[in-house]
Amino acid sequence: MTKHMQRDEAFAASLISEHLHLEGAMLPILHALQNEFGYVDEAAIPLLAEALNISKAEVLGTITFYHDFRHEPPGRTVIKLCRSEACQSVGCEELVAHAKSHHNLSMDNTSEDGSVTLETVYCLGNCALGPAALVNDELVGRIDQKKFTQIIEHAASTAGGRS
Amino acid sequence: MTSSIRIYVPADAAAVSVGANAVAAKMIQEAEHRKIAISLVRNGSRGMLWLEPLVEIETPQGRIGFGPVGVDDVASLFEAGLGQAGKHPLALGIVDELQWMKQQTRLTFARVGLIDPLSMEDYKKHGGLVGLQTALALSGADIVEQVRASGLRGRGGAGFPTGIKWKTVHDAAADQKYIVCNADEGDSGTFADRMLMEGDPFTLIEGMVIAGVAVGATKGYIYLRSEYPHAHAVLQKAIAVAQESALLGPSILGSGKAFDLEVRLGAGAYICGEETSLLESLEGKRGIVRAKPPIPALHGLFGKPTIVNNVLSLASVPWIMAHGAQSYADFGLGRSRGTLPVQIAGNVKHGGLIELAFGITLREIIEGFGVGTLSGRPVRAVQIGGPLGAYVPPEQFDTPMDYEALAGIQAMLGHGGMVVFDDTVDMAKQARFAFEFCAKESCGKCTPCRIGATRGVELMDHIIAGKDRDQNIKTMRDLTQLMTDASLCAMGGLTPMPVLSALNHYPEDFTRPAMPLAAE
Ligand SMILES: Cc1cc2nc3c(=O)[nH]c(=O)nc-3n(C[C@H](O)[C@H](O)[C@H](O)COP(=O)(O)O)c2cc1C
Ligand code: SF4
Ligand code: FES
Repeated sequence: MTKHMQRDEAFAASLISEHLHLEGAMLPILHALQNEFGYVDEAAIPLLAEALNISKAEVLGTITFYHDFRHEPPGRTVIKLCRSEACQSVGCEELVAHAKSHHNLSMDNTSEDGSVTLETVYCLGNCALGPAALVNDELVGRIDQKKFTQIIEHAASTAGGRS
Repeated sequence: MTSSIRIYVPADAAAVSVGANAVAAKMIQEAEHRKIAISLVRNGSRGMLWLEPLVEIETPQGRIGFGPVGVDDVASLFEAGLGQAGKHPLALGIVDELQWMKQQTRLTFARVGLIDPLSMEDYKKHGGLVGLQTALALSGADIVEQVRASGLRGRGGAGFPTGIKWKTVHDAAADQKYIVCNADEGDSGTFADRMLMEGDPFTLIEGMVIAGVAVGATKGYIYLRSEYPHAHAVLQKAIAVAQESALLGPSILGSGKAFDLEVRLGAGAYICGEETSLLESLEGKRGIVRAKPPIPALHGLFGKPTIVNNVLSLASVPWIMAHGAQSYADFGLGRSRGTLPVQIAGNVKHGGLIELAFGITLREIIEGFGVGTLSGRPVRAVQIGGPLGAYVPPEQFDTPMDYEALAGIQAMLGHGGMVVFDDTVDMAKQARFAFEFCAKESCGKCTPCRIGATRGVELMDHIIAGKDRDQNIKTMRDLTQLMTDASLCAMGGLTPMPVLSALNHYPEDFTRPAMPLAAE
């Protein structure tokens, strides 16, 4: 089950203060929050603003600048599919079409049952063994439609929390 | 004296992506089951990525390679007698003697794939720390002079002479200076930084320490793209080992000089590879590009003098210090000295990493090393230097791989990545993608890039849909001129390069029968 940050404010605050001694603490804090909760809840904005002594607008501007930070909880499995040129040359866009036509999954969205979030990334450094994806931080290469279907179906049958 | 058999199974992310961890686990299981003593080393990758997982078994004659090895092949390797398995169907022979390896000049990547990346003992046994020891006996100015004399130019893309950058930081007076390693490696078709960080992280750390000692900086940051979780884990462990071995800390190798290091993760923004955007991001802000001057060398991280260098630039320094500037400069040609790690990727049969002296032609790489496309169809285009680089047609494959020769054909070397496309590629779509990527990744600071890229996508949609083609192509050419001339940084300034190369070399793709307006 996804944790809701509102209920976890104290924990979020402790994560923030843990990182405050760092130079340029903002990104490490945002990563820590997302690691813990799967996304950066808007409830964190005032906490960050106060801890870092900057305006809430600045915090929001920073969060939205970076593609990594989600504004909503993701599915239990996060698939980051590379759509850069080297993966295009071996058919990543066909996988995008396949996800839609066979699994009703569209890019940068979460499946209705909450099992999978499919995200666009630009290059995972596996460009000689594409198409490539990170599946919950596990790098997978040479993804064809069969492998892709396996990943999605495995995700759909996985009940547990994000790993 | 141990009688165990040394077996290597790479832990490089690319190898893992095609099953290396499962193969390694199976190796251990089989060995236990058969009561055979093995010592399993998780090395980096040799760079022959189409052979991954590439298992190596040590023999008196050298390391024999097998690949690609699947979990189901492991038992048969044991049955064939491991070190005596030279006749196994997957046997490749002695790895160091394979054509792919023999034709290279491995300086920066000398240890990658050979050693256990996290063993300081292995590192020293293979020549590690010699460069730093040499540097510690010199003055800062002398180290800087060695780097200048080597002819090393930044491997991140812009090709700026590394020694000159270091001298600026060396000469600046400040209470605090920084060494920042640009490990954002955002270009499609590139993975050399990743392979080095995963396969020989101490080389990068040693290079950063030498930089710190040279210019009087005591603190370093590695800005690593968040898309590299495997490299992140390796770097964290490597830094801990380096601290235990006094490669980092208050007194580097007992010299009394201090240097310490942290890894910071990016957050999925391509523009944060641009050095000033990167510095903003490290400071905890949005990655908006800074106007130059002031240059980062004088006014960098938190306003302090800062060296920002690519992973490979920094990782080349230990070799230069250990072997002498002239030895490095002896490789290469013209103003491109030393070696270049080339990455060949995309629709290619033999993809991977090759470190070569500058001057080899594109054809030798694509046909000689790459052996054509994975699909078996003819090569139609190769994009060199990432998403801002040109699409180069086969007629130009006799061009040498160096900074100036590529500039001569309106292309660029960038970070040395080459992405192969077969004849099914639609170059109008690739041109559209170049604009789309720029629109998504623009930092938004200047209008020609922010608005221009979006306008470029619209124009390409119309061209693909067959609407007022001549007029729209003309408007698009004007737009690329404006972006080239008026963008603040190379994101907007170079997006025209892939677009125009596609248009100029493949005009027929821009006049194909009309397609319905591109969905999505
Ligand atoms: C849009 C853009 C993206 C860039 N991305 C990278 C990158 O991912 N890695 C890198 O080392 N340099 C990148 N650069 C180049 C850096 O701005 C800078 O030139 C480099 O870090 C300097 O180090 P070097 O001299 O060792 O190459 C990029 C530049 C631009 C304009
Ligand atoms: S060219 Fe694009 S990325 Fe560069 S400063 Fe201008 S808006 Fe930002
Ligand atoms: S382009 Fe897909 S991993 Fe690099």
